[in-house]
Amino acid sequence: MSALTPDRRTRAEHLVALYPEKRSALIPICHIAQEQEGHLTDELMIEVAELVGVTPAEVQGTVSFYDMLRIEPVGKYVVSVCTNIACLLAGGEEMLEHVEKTTGTRRGGTSSDGMFTVEEAECLADCDVVPCVQINNRFVRTTTPETFDALAARLRSGETVTDIPTSGIVSRVERSVGLVADPEVVAQERSALRASDQKATS
Amino acid sequence: MSQLTAPKIVTSRIGFDDSFTLDRFLATGGYEGLRKALTMSPSEVCAQVDAASLLGRGGAGFPAGRKWSMLRKNDVSYLVINGDESEPATFKDHLLIERDPHQLIEGVLIAAYALQVNQAFIFIRGEFALGLERLQSALNDAYAYGAVGTKILNSSFSIDLVVHPGAGAYICGEETSLLESLEGKRGFPRIKPPFFPAAIGLYGEPTVVNNVETMSNLPWIISNGGDAFAALGETPSTGTRLFALAGHVRNPGVYELEMVKNTFRDLIFDPALGGGIPSGGRVKAFIPGGVSAPWFYEEDLDTPLGQGQVADKGSMLGSGSVVVMDDSTCMVRAAWRITRFFSRESCGQCTPCREGSGWLERILYRLEHGEGRVEDLDLLLDLCDNIAPGLSWPPQQTTICVLGPSIPSSIHSAISHFRDEFLAHVKEGGCSYA
Ligand SMILES: Cc1cc2nc3c(=O)[nH]c(=O)nc-3n(C[C@H](O)[C@H](O)[C@H](O)COP(=O)(O)O)c2cc1C
Ligand code: SF4
Repeated sequence: MSALTPDRRTRAEHLVALYPEKRSALIPICHIAQEQEGHLTDELMIEVAELVGVTPAEVQGTVSFYDMLRIEPVGKYVVSVCTNIACLLAGGEEMLEHVEKTTGTRRGGTSSDGMFTVEEAECLADCDVVPCVQINNRFVRTTTPETFDALAARLRSGETVTDIPTSGIVSRVERSVGLVADPEVVAQERSALRASDQKATS
Repeated sequence: MSQLTAPKIVTSRIGFDDSFTLDRFLATGGYEGLRKALTMSPSEVCAQVDAASLLGRGGAGFPAGRKWSMLRKNDVSYLVINGDESEPATFKDHLLIERDPHQLIEGVLIAAYALQVNQAFIFIRGEFALGLERLQSALNDAYAYGAVGTKILNSSFSIDLVVHPGAGAYICGEETSLLESLEGKRGFPRIKPPFFPAAIGLYGEPTVVNNVETMSNLPWIISNGGDAFAALGETPSTGTRLFALAGHVRNPGVYELEMVKNTFRDLIFDPALGGGIPSGGRVKAFIPGGVSAPWFYEEDLDTPLGQGQVADKGSMLGSGSVVVMDDSTCMVRAAWRITRFFSRESCGQCTPCREGSGWLERILYRLEHGEGRVEDLDLLLDLCDNIAPGLSWPPQQTTICVLGPSIPSSIHSAISHFRDEFLAHVKEGGCSYA
């Protein structure tokens, strides 16, 4: 039995086909697997291992290196507040403390209703709209306590905010085609062009 | 006086609301550079990039043309684009990826053709969710349009491009770590030599790694000629560059400026650019090229925005990020926060970096919180000297990658210029800025 839903399993198989070596699809597939429950369960990691041809331990070892890959459950909305240098100068630390109050969660934790996980982030590369806040990796650009609270209230009331899918979803746009350039054709084209290029330059 | 007359080479479209769409791209000269490149031979394309003297925009500033010429001749080779953009306060690639993804794709295709690689990968940090969606949509459209795939734009050149999401790790911006990550592994940098990507890169094959902004310059260079690019700025800092301005300025943002012709003062104070310090205060210190770079001060404001000019003064233009700190900023706190970043992001392979960063962070923390000792200042410098012997710039390397030797930059800068402020923290038992 597949731990991945059938459509995700298909998407994962498509990803494997994009790389010269299967293992390259490990992280992209983990992102897809995370869409299911917001984090990676043992069953999901075993399936990722099988898909890319490594052991479950190798998947776990890789996953543990990356901040965005999670093995613990998270809330529906993961709020990341940057406190790195540009945000520090703009009150990022104070913003993080405010977010903790509004959501009733300390950094690193999840609110008891499962709504919000709060994280202190390193620089998110949006340093002209500071302090920088992301919710589920979307830049929400709430730079004041008031605008953040207004957004949090909308999310809490169950309103769907189109820009913010539930946690775990990185990209909602899928690749429309697999690889189309046949490796053998590519190899022939390259050697032909190299030969003519050399003739031209010598 | 600022010189703002240079053409916009990489930001010409971003004023349009639909700048990221294929329609807008095609209506504004999109894919014309690629079309032209495909009528040239690969070595002619390389020659144009050489003539442009295009310096890499990712941090190290290595000439792209020279890097390309070093690619080991082999039947299989790859091109990998670095869109990890995680150097604190660097946010220029973010703009290019979200607002002009087709320009990036066009640049990648030109490079792929010039280098005759078999496949190309664009690595984008996972936190850029919108950027990933925009870039993937653009790539889908480019396939449908015939600019990517089999016999692109009716030429005899076929190529596949893959957009690859990262998963949150600063170190994956380092090129060999990025390749490990792209191979589905932990982002541990590889030791150079022997693992120079041009010789032994992705899957052990020769690989060129270039930055997003570097690639985004290529369509213009091919359309207008390498000489036109080289006519801007001053050799070897040619063309324009994106400067990501952050911190205590009225108008933080990304500005495309001709290299060398403007100074840090222009960037920070010109009303059309940074607009000066909001509090009316003074520049206490500024970081000229990402937090890995040694700091500059008020007396350095007239330094031109050029790679050599900044290097001559003991720092680097690096990733093009400029952070302004006015006189209300606590230098201990700033140095502590930057050091904590490095300590969190160290991959842990090398002892000086792994242990040193954590130790430095704890000392700075206790100084900031009133538990420091006078001896801590020398201890900090001694530890820094262990990571980067001599504390020179560019630093001596004791580690696999240059993350480690970059850690001392802010600490050494802060102590050298604001020793009294550190001592005041000890004497007064904490921070008087908070
Ligand atoms: C710790 C570290 C982080 C880096 N992060 C990035 C990055 O986010 N983006 C980037 O393009 N280059 C980054 N670099 C530089 C790359 O190693 C490499 O030099 C660059 O991608 C080459 O592209 P370019 O020649 O076009 O500049 C980083 C280097 C180090 C040591
Ligand atoms: S210097 Fe630091 S980040 Fe670089 S390889 Fe060594 S431990 Fe890892």
